[in-house]
Formats: sequence, C-alpha cells, structure tokens
Amino acid sequence: MKELSLNILDIAENSVKAGAKLTRITVDETEESLILTIEDDGCGMTEEILKSVTDPFYTTRTTRKVGMGIPLLKMAAEMTGGGVEITSRYKDEFPDSHGTTVTARFNKKHIDFTPLGDVTESIATLIQGHPDTDFLFTHRTGDKTVTLDTREMRAVLGDVPLNSYEVICWIKEYLKEQYS
Amino acid sequence: MKSLAELQAIKDRMKDKVILREGVNDIRVVVGMATCGIAAGARPVLATLVEEVSAAGLSDKVTVSQTGCIGICQYEPIVEVFEAGKDKVTYVKMTPDKAKRVVEEHLKGGNVVNEYTIAGHKE
Repeated sequence: MKELSLNILDIAENSVKAGAKLTRITVDETEESLILTIEDDGCGMTEEILKSVTDPFYTTRTTRKVGMGIPLLKMAAEMTGGGVEITSRYKDEFPDSHGTTVTARFNKKHIDFTPLGDVTESIATLIQGHPDTDFLFTHRTGDKTVTLDTREMRAVLGDVPLNSYEVICWIKEYLKEQYS
Repeated sequence: MKSLAELQAIKDRMKDKVILREGVNDIRVVVGMATCGIAAGARPVLATLVEEVSAAGLSDKVTVSQTGCIGICQYEPIVEVFEAGKDKVTYVKMTPDKAKRVVEEHLKGGNVVNEYTIAGHKE
C-alpha cells in the first residue's frame, strides 16, 4: 500500500463485513509515533481465528474470513520497528460486548515509515460504500483534533442517504477545513 | 466553515429528489474495493466515478457502489457495469482518466469503451 490511509480503508472494511454498527477509527500522532486504532462492535472472532489472522495463507476462498489486509498492515508497522495488536471478543462468548480492536504502532522517524496520505479520501470512500453503518473518525496531532461522527450527521439528515453525492462532498470539505 | 447545520440545507434540497429517485437507477457501476483493488489504485477510480456521474447529471440513472474481491486480482482496479437487459461489462486496470472516459462514452453515450474491457485490453 502506498499510503497508510489505504490500509485504514482496507482494515475498516473488515469491521463492516463483521456486521459492525459503529467503527471507531482513531489516529494518534506525536512527533515520533503514529498509533492507528480501528475498533468495531462487529461479531468478533474466536481465539482460533484471531491466532491466524496475521497469516496471509490462512484465507481460503470458501471462507474468506481474512486475507492480505492484516498482513500488509503488520508489515508496514513492523518495517518501522512498530507492530500490530489485535484483540477480539466473539459474539457467542460476549453477547453484549463483542467486537474487534486492531491497533497498529508506527515509528514515524523510521526511513520505512509509509506516509498517512489522504485520510479524508479514505473516510469519504468508506461512508460512500457503507452508508448504513456508522463511523467515528478522530485524528489527533499534538493539540489539534480532526473529527467526524456519522451518527451526528444521520441525526440531521434523517432519511437522506449518507452516500448522496452532496453529502459525500460535504464530508470531504468538512474534513479538509479541519485539517487546514 | 462547514458545519452540521449545512446538512439540514442538503436535506431540504433533497427532500423531493429522494422520492423521485426510488427505482429509477437502471445502471449499476461496481468497483472492486478489497485489499487487491485498494492496493492497485481503486480509491481514486471510485472517487472519479462518483464525481463524474454527478457532473454528467447521471445521478438519477446510475448508482456507483463498492464490492469485495472480484477474483481476478491481477486486473485490478476493476469496474463492472450492470445494465438491465444487457451483458455485464468488465473494465480492467482502470485509472481515474479511464474512468472519466467510461462515464462520458459508456454511461452517458451508451457505447462500451472496448479497449478498457477485459476482452479488449492489451498488456
């Protein structure tokens, strides 16, 4: 992946596929480090599956539970001296608190650090593709915080779909203004 | 400054349109957005399609959506066009520029851009 924002788009798709109602995407940046957290309330994974998600050869075409997504994120993080941690609570064991959290740590000073890239475009793409699930995006850099909560948008928009062209444009502008 | 209040204005503008739109979208454009598609450059292709479909005034006729792995990862980014009564068209190795041409010639003009299809593309 050329940008970390593409990994974000890719990993968040897993949350949607796991039936998440809300996916929280958080980027925490300091001078030295970038910590990406993708936390969902989807169905979660059993311990057995959780153990194998970082193995690119785990996926079989018939089950397609995971694929290259996590291995690529892991590689990008480990190349910088960081790493990926995944915790998960499977719905059958945790009926009221299921979901998965993926945390990736990057050392920004490392020469192999992949730049974050256009995260606004990734968030807009996610919402365009999944207008019926909610996303909470937070990007903290030093004392600045950029945020977007689709639940707030939905409260105003009512039955207007979040993937309407006008709404997607608004999302991009709203985030761009916060970044500027 | 952009604010949530502006969404109310969008809602008011769209009130009548939403009712009109139901059931009229007869062309479905689908972009492969699995790991393979994303890594190959599907994100800007999708963004271009969304933008150009709206700019061409085709929003009532064309829906742009996303799907997972289509199964021929080496040809990503892939864009499939489904139209009632017609064969599916599969565009391969797409770019934002190619997407613009597909909107103009195929979605608007009704002519498949053969050189971008899986059958017509050259390595």
